[in-house]
Amino acid sequence: MRPGEALQRWLFRVTRDEQLPIVLGQRRIFIVPTRAGGLFAIVLAVMLIGAINYNLSLGHALIFLLAGLGLVAMVHTFHNLFGLRLIPGRAEPTFAGDLARFPLQLENPRRQPRRALEFSFREQPVVRVDLAADGRATIAVPYAADQRGRLDPGRVTLATRYPLGLFRAWSYPYPRWACVVYPKPLRTPLPTPSPGAAADHHHGDSGQEDFAGLRPRQLSDPTRHIAWKAVARRSDEQALLIKQFAGGASDELWLEWSLTATNRSVEDRLSILAGWVLAADEQQLRYGLQLPGQRIAPAQGQAHRSHCLQALALYGEA
Amino acid sequence: MKRSQQPVDALEHGAVPWLLAGALATAGPHASHLPAWLSLLVAGAMIWRAGLWWQHRPLPARWLLGLLVIGGVAAIAWQFHSLLGKDAGVAMLVLLMALKPLEMRSRRDAQVIVMLGFFLLLTHYFYSQSIPTGLWLLAAMTLLTGALIRLHGGAQPVTTIARQAALLLLQALPFLLILYLLFPRVSGPLWGLPQDAYSGLSGLSEQMSPGSISNLIQSGAIALRSRFAGEVPEKADLYWRGPVFDAYDGSTWRAAAAQRAGPAPVIEARGPLQAYTNLVEAHNQRWLLALDVPTSLPPDSSLAPTLEALAREPLRVRARFSLVSALDYRANRVEAAATLTQALSLPAQLNPRARALAGEWRSRTPEKIAEAALAMFRTEDFHYTLRPPLLGRDAVDEFLFTSRRGFCEHYASAFVFLMRAAGVPARVVAGYQGGEVNPVDGYLTVRQSDAHAWAEIWLAGEGWVRIDPTAAVAPSRIEQGIAAALPEGEPLPAIIRLDADWLRQLRNRWEAANNSWNQWVLGYNPQRQREVLSRLGWRDPDWQSMTATLAALCGLALLIVTLWTLPRRRPADPVQRAWQKYCAQLAQRGVRRAEWEGPLDFAQRVARERPDLAALTSEAAGYYAELRYGRSGEGQLRLLQGCVRRLPPSRRRRI
Repeated sequence: MRPGEALQRWLFRVTRDEQLPIVLGQRRIFIVPTRAGGLFAIVLAVMLIGAINYNLSLGHALIFLLAGLGLVAMVHTFHNLFGLRLIPGRAEPTFAGDLARFPLQLENPRRQPRRALEFSFREQPVVRVDLAADGRATIAVPYAADQRGRLDPGRVTLATRYPLGLFRAWSYPYPRWACVVYPKPLRTPLPTPSPGAAADHHHGDSGQEDFAGLRPRQLSDPTRHIAWKAVARRSDEQALLIKQFAGGASDELWLEWSLTATNRSVEDRLSILAGWVLAADEQQLRYGLQLPGQRIAPAQGQAHRSHCLQALALYGEA
Repeated sequence: MKRSQQPVDALEHGAVPWLLAGALATAGPHASHLPAWLSLLVAGAMIWRAGLWWQHRPLPARWLLGLLVIGGVAAIAWQFHSLLGKDAGVAMLVLLMALKPLEMRSRRDAQVIVMLGFFLLLTHYFYSQSIPTGLWLLAAMTLLTGALIRLHGGAQPVTTIARQAALLLLQALPFLLILYLLFPRVSGPLWGLPQDAYSGLSGLSEQMSPGSISNLIQSGAIALRSRFAGEVPEKADLYWRGPVFDAYDGSTWRAAAAQRAGPAPVIEARGPLQAYTNLVEAHNQRWLLALDVPTSLPPDSSLAPTLEALAREPLRVRARFSLVSALDYRANRVEAAATLTQALSLPAQLNPRARALAGEWRSRTPEKIAEAALAMFRTEDFHYTLRPPLLGRDAVDEFLFTSRRGFCEHYASAFVFLMRAAGVPARVVAGYQGGEVNPVDGYLTVRQSDAHAWAEIWLAGEGWVRIDPTAAVAPSRIEQGIAAALPEGEPLPAIIRLDADWLRQLRNRWEAANNSWNQWVLGYNPQRQREVLSRLGWRDPDWQSMTATLAALCGLALLIVTLWTLPRRRPADPVQRAWQKYCAQLAQRGVRRAEWEGPLDFAQRVARERPDLAALTSEAAGYYAELRYGRSGEGQLRLLQGCVRRLPPSRRRRI
C-alpha cells in the first residue's frame, strides 16, 4: 500500500459498508472548493480591493452578498448528499471487454430534490442522476471489465457540485460488491464429438445402457434412439420420443481443456472454451466442460451455460 | 473508454441562453457611457453568438476571435489614450464579456463568464450607486446565480431555477448584513487613483465667470442635505458658503493665492447657534458648504481666513459633517492689511463708467455707498434672468448701464466692483442659498439649482457683512427660491418647477428614501461604522475584536442556514411508528427484525426463537399487517400500541 493510499484510507475511513441501506451521514461526506470556487474567491478579493480603493459602499455590499452566496452554496452542496440512502444490488455477470454494471438503488427521503449526483468508480465512466423530492431511482454504475475473474470494483465515488459548482462534496460508499467476469469469448469452430475421447474420461461408462428417460425427438437425434415402443403406446403419432441416457453418450459434446491449442496462453485457451460454450449453447447441444481439476457434466440450458462460464471465469482462483 | 470525463464537462446547449442573458445584463447598462462603437460591437457579438446557438452552428475559429480581441484592445487604447484607468478598464472588461461567449465550449468557460459577470457588476458602481442601480444589479446577480445552477444542475424549468437562485440569495442576506456591519472598513484609496476616477462630479468651481452659475442652475441634482438639531432657520438666512473670490481680472473671479495664508479668523456670535449635520454630495473640492458662518467644525477640517470651512482632502465621496454655525455674527473685525488690499484691487482701465459712478460716492460712509448701489438695483430697470445677453470687454459697464439683465453672478460681480471702486473692501462669495425641507424625513434639501453668488463688504468695527444684491432686484429669489423669482419661460429643470402636489410629494418620498440609502448604505464609512457600533453599545471596537465577532456571527448564521436547509423529517406515520417501537422493544429482548422481513414472516421466526413472545408478536404483526394492507382504522392502531405496553419487562430474560 502506498503512503498516499494509507493516508486516504485513514482520512476517508474507507471500510466496507456492511449495513444496508447505506445512509450518507455528515461523517462520511467531504467537501472542498473546486477550481471555480478558488477563482470565485480570487475574484472576490480583487473586487474587495477595488471597492475599498474607490470607496464603493454598494460594492462592499455586493461582495459581502457574493461571499454569503458562496457559504450558502457550500451548505447546499453538502445537503445535496446528506441523508441520501443507497441500496446496492447484485451485478449480473459480464464478459471481459464489456461494461460491468453495478446496480444501485437510491432513495431521497427529503422533500427537496437532489440534483446532479455523479457516481463513478475510480477512473471509470460517470453516471449522472437527478432525484425528485421523496424520489427513488435505480442506476447502474459502470465498470469497464477488462479481465476475467471476480471483479471487485472498489469504492464508489459519489460526488456533486450542485448548485453553484463552487464546492465539490463527495462520499465513498463501499458496498460489498462483486461481479463475475467471463473470459472474452474467442470464436473458433466447435470440436467434433469424439466418443473415444469422452470414454477415456468416463472410465468405460457404457452410456447407452443407463436409461435416464424420454424426451421429444429433435432432428439431430439419431434414429436408433427413438423409443418405438413408447411411440406405439401413444395415440398422437407426431411426437416421436427419444430414449435418453445418462453418461457419455456419443451425441454429447465435451469441451475440453486438452482440445484447445496447447501453444496458446491460459487466458486464450479459456477464451476459446468460452467461445465453444456459447456456440454449443446456441446450437442447443448437450455439452460438458472439462478443465484441469474440474469437470461439469453435460447438460443444457441457461443455468448450465452460466455454470460453465463461471467455472471458466474463476479458473485458477480460489 | 476510460476517463470519459469529456461529456460531463462539455457545455450543455440549454445553458447558453442563461449565460448570454447574464452577459447582457451585466455588460448592457454600460452602454450609457461607453463609446458607441464598443456598444455596437458588444451587441453584434451577442447577436452573433445567439444566432449560432439558435442554429446549432459551431463557434468561430480562434484566430478570428484573436483578431477581434486585438482590434478591440487597440481601439480602446486609441479611444481612451490608455489601457489603465477606470473607463478604459471597464471598456476592456465589457469587450471580454462580449467576446468570451464566442469561445464558450466547456463548463469551465461558462464559469469564467459568470465570474467576469460578477466582476462587471462591481464596475457599475463607479458610475451610479443609486437605489435603481442596486435593484438592477440584484436582479442581474440572481440571473448569474441561475446560470450557475443551470450549468451544474442540468435542464430544469426556468421558474425552478429562479426560485432556487432567489432562495440562495435570500439565505446569503444574513451574511451580507453581518459583514456590512462588522467588516473592518478601510478608507480608500489604497493607491493613487487614475486621473479619470472623479470625472463627472458637479458642483461649484474654483472660479466664477459669466455663465458658470447659471449653467449649474440647470441641474436639479442635490448638492447637500442638512438636518438641523432645532427648528430649520428662515430660508432667507440660509447662505451655504462655498468658495470666496477676491481677485478679478475683468471677466473671471478667482481666489487670490495669498488668501489661504492669512491669520485665523475671529468670529463673535451675536445670536443663538445652529447645530446641524450636512450630507454633502461629492464635488471634488474641499469646501464643506457650512452655513455662514461656522463656529465649530468636524475633525479633519479647518476654517480658512476667508471664513469657508475646508476639508483636508477634496470631497470625492458623499460625506457627512456635524457643524455649528452662528447666523448672526461679527467676523474679523480686525482684518489683515493684505486681505483688505486684495479686497480693494481692481483691473486697471476696465469699466470707466462704473468707476466714475463709484467715484461720486467716495465721500460717503461705506454703509451709504452700499445703500446707494442697492438702491440703484432696486429702483432702476434691472431684471433678473437666466438668459442675459453676452457682455463684452467692459462687462460691468455694459451690465450696469446697457443690458441691465443678469443673474446673481452679474449682480454680485457688479456690486463688488462698485464697492471696490468706491474704496470699500469687498469680495464675492459663491455657494448655495435656501433649500427646501422634505416633509418625509425632515431633511433640508439644497440643489445645484440653489447655487448663488453674493457679496461681502468689510466695515471697520463690524467686520465682514453680507450683502446680497440679488435680493434687491428679485427678493423672491431669497425668500421663496429660484423658481418663484424667475419669469415664465426661463430654462429651469422640471424638478424644481414642480407644481402638481402629488408629484412634489412623490419626489419628496423618493428623495427621502435616497437620503436614507445614502446615509446608511453609501455613507457607511469607517467613521459611520464606529458611530453605529457605539450606538449598539460597543465602545471603541478595534479591528481584531470586530473580525472575531464577525467570524463568530458568520459561523452562527452558517449554522442556522444549515439547520434551515436540513432535510426535514417527515412526521412518521403513527402505524409505522408503533410497529417500529414494538420491533425495537423486541430487539432489546434479543430478536432483531431484519430490514427485509415482513411482519408475518417475522412473527413466525419469533414463534420459533422465542415461544414466550410468540402470541403477542403474532397479534401485533397481525394488527400491523391489517393496518398496512387491509382496511381498518383507529381501533386497531390502539391495539397495536397496546401490544408494546403488554410486552413483558425485558429484564426477565436475564434472570
